[in-house]
Amino acid sequence: MLEIGLAHYLTVAAILFTLGIFGIFLNRKNVIIILMSIELMLLAVNLNFVAFSAFLHDLVGQIFAMFVLTVAAAEAAIGLAILVVYFRNRGTIAVEDIHLMKG
Amino acid sequence: MTVAAVFLPLLGAFIAGIFGRFIGDRGSQLVTCAALSLAAVLGVILFSVVAVHGHTVTVHLFTWIDTGDLQVDWALRYDPLSAVMVAVVTVVSCMVHIYSVGYMAHDHSVPRFMAYLSLFTFFMLMLVTADNFVQLFFGWEGVGLSSYLLIGFWYDRPSANAAAIKAFIVNRIGDFGFILGIFAVYEIFGSLQFDTVFAAAPDVAHNTIPFLSREVDALTVTCILLFVGAMGKSAQLGLHTWLPDAMEGPTPVSALIHAATMVTAGVFMVARLSPMFEYSTTALAVVVVVGGTTAIFAASIGMAQNDIKRVIAYSTCSQLGYMFFAAGVSAYGAAMFHLMTHAFFKALLFLGAGSVIHALSGEQDMRKMGGLARLIPWTYALMWVGSLSLAGIIPFAGYWSKDMIVEAAWASGTGVGMYAFWLGLFSAFLTAFYSWRLIFLTFHGAPRASAETMRHVHESPWVMIAPLLVLAAGAIFAGAGYHLFVGEGREGFWRDAILVLPEHDSIEGAHHAPFIIGILPLIMGLAGIAVAWFSYIKRPEIPGIAAARYRLVYLLLLHKYYFDEIYDALLVRPAMALGFGLWKKGDGATIDGLGPDGVSARTLDLSVLASRLQTGYLYHYAFAMLIGVVVLVSWYLLRPAG
Repeated sequence: MLEIGLAHYLTVAAILFTLGIFGIFLNRKNVIIILMSIELMLLAVNLNFVAFSAFLHDLVGQIFAMFVLTVAAAEAAIGLAILVVYFRNRGTIAVEDIHLMKG
Repeated sequence: MTVAAVFLPLLGAFIAGIFGRFIGDRGSQLVTCAALSLAAVLGVILFSVVAVHGHTVTVHLFTWIDTGDLQVDWALRYDPLSAVMVAVVTVVSCMVHIYSVGYMAHDHSVPRFMAYLSLFTFFMLMLVTADNFVQLFFGWEGVGLSSYLLIGFWYDRPSANAAAIKAFIVNRIGDFGFILGIFAVYEIFGSLQFDTVFAAAPDVAHNTIPFLSREVDALTVTCILLFVGAMGKSAQLGLHTWLPDAMEGPTPVSALIHAATMVTAGVFMVARLSPMFEYSTTALAVVVVVGGTTAIFAASIGMAQNDIKRVIAYSTCSQLGYMFFAAGVSAYGAAMFHLMTHAFFKALLFLGAGSVIHALSGEQDMRKMGGLARLIPWTYALMWVGSLSLAGIIPFAGYWSKDMIVEAAWASGTGVGMYAFWLGLFSAFLTAFYSWRLIFLTFHGAPRASAETMRHVHESPWVMIAPLLVLAAGAIFAGAGYHLFVGEGREGFWRDAILVLPEHDSIEGAHHAPFIIGILPLIMGLAGIAVAWFSYIKRPEIPGIAAARYRLVYLLLLHKYYFDEIYDALLVRPAMALGFGLWKKGDGATIDGLGPDGVSARTLDLSVLASRLQTGYLYHYAFAMLIGVVVLVSWYLLRPAG
């Protein structure tokens, strides 16, 4: 039976992270998808923390993962709140329409 | 009294010009007319005191320039010459002011007009009472400025603006010569004071100065340069083109400035500078030739013009030619005498023409007049008086002065004198012809104006007729000055204001001229009237036949010898092309293109490029961050160890 080792965990994390990045760039629809992609990247990082923590028998990594989850939750809340306000003001959250900083 | 005569018009101009808005039309007319009437009374009193009773005075006002050797004062010099001019200027100006009350009644900006008229009078008085060349030049430029303002008075008419600019620029050409002349005077005499210069003139008579890199007679070149200035102001041949166009101004302006006063400034200047001109026979000969040629030249154009004011304008040009050749043959007294009589009868003719135009609701083309004699009898009679005087018919004022000029030209005995004599004689014929052509076309025959216009024809109000009556009195009786100006009393009258060398005294010679010479101008004048009567009343078809047969000559005269066209092609167009080229290519393309405009345009290009980077899309910024992180990490990992 296949032994699930560190490399497998790291590979999954790398795939998740890359998916997150592409989620940001390839997405033309709306900002919520960007927030989800960021969330995905944070999870990939968490996976790395936990994998290394188990591999090295060091609890610090898992504690860090808990912190990251906490912060990510807060961040998601704030991000969504900003998004709601933005929608109220401008009536859209399509990524293409958000270019107020265009030179 | 001497000061008040000069500065009252300035005061009037100031009040009407600055406070015209508050005191209104009526107030401005009242103030300026009152100031001018007072000045006219003072002018006549001064004439009697200074000229007739011989009290020459110079009123020193204050010092103007005092630097090194050069000292220039503001001073009012009252000698017989100035006194004559002051009296003529103030009286004619006063009449024109009163006439303007009626003529300009319907205008929008009466205070401005009255202020300009008074301002002009002030400058003219400054000019004639000048004690030195600089003050003369001050008045000279001042009248030029007022003339510009008054020609362009109706500034919403493009033609008036063009005429004003033309008058100003042509005068500048003359003024350039005048300034050079003043420089030459300072170079030669080291002073600009009239007395000093005149006293030193005999001593430098044959000195030479370098001019255009060759040695020339100092006085001759100075006098000719000064005369160029006089040619510009007095509209002599070559620089005359502005005068007919100046008729774009209101008619009182034409009467005051372009007939009676300003244009005679050149004649006055030559008479004033007689102590210099007398010592240069060459300069005098130039004056005679230019004057004589202008007399016939302008008179011939006057025959073919159709605009009533233009006919009189060319007549002015022609009469100024008479004055100049009189001055050129050393008959300065005769020139001044004609200047005075001309001021009266020409102002009368112009204001009479204004009255006709007023009656016809603004029509100036003589081809659309005719048959007005019964409708405006006063104007008709006054135009007759003016024309009789202009044509030199005895006993009107013009007879005495013109007769004396022609005789003096004959008596001078020089070649150029004879040239002027014959031209002057023939001009007398032409003068009478075009004057009566004007009268017949305007007042006689069947009316050619529209019935609508004819119904509105009315005699001018009394405020316009009364000044004409005064001027008519002048045109009839001014010949009484014969004894003082050119007769036996002339030595005692002019005293040292005019210098005539004994060998040049053509007036003396004129008194001994044969009877036939004396009677010739009169005969020519009567012949001119007869020919005009024959061709415009008796056989009205003659002018048309003559114009058709001598078509070339007629076209030449109608187009004023194509002077305007030639100047336009030779000078105006190249100057415009040069200016346009320098503006578009030199200034616009080169200086602005490489300088400020170029730098700002390149900066803008670069900024546009830089701002393109800022798309505003979130994922672009995120991408840039990512690339940054990748580069940093790559660099960190791959950097050479150490």
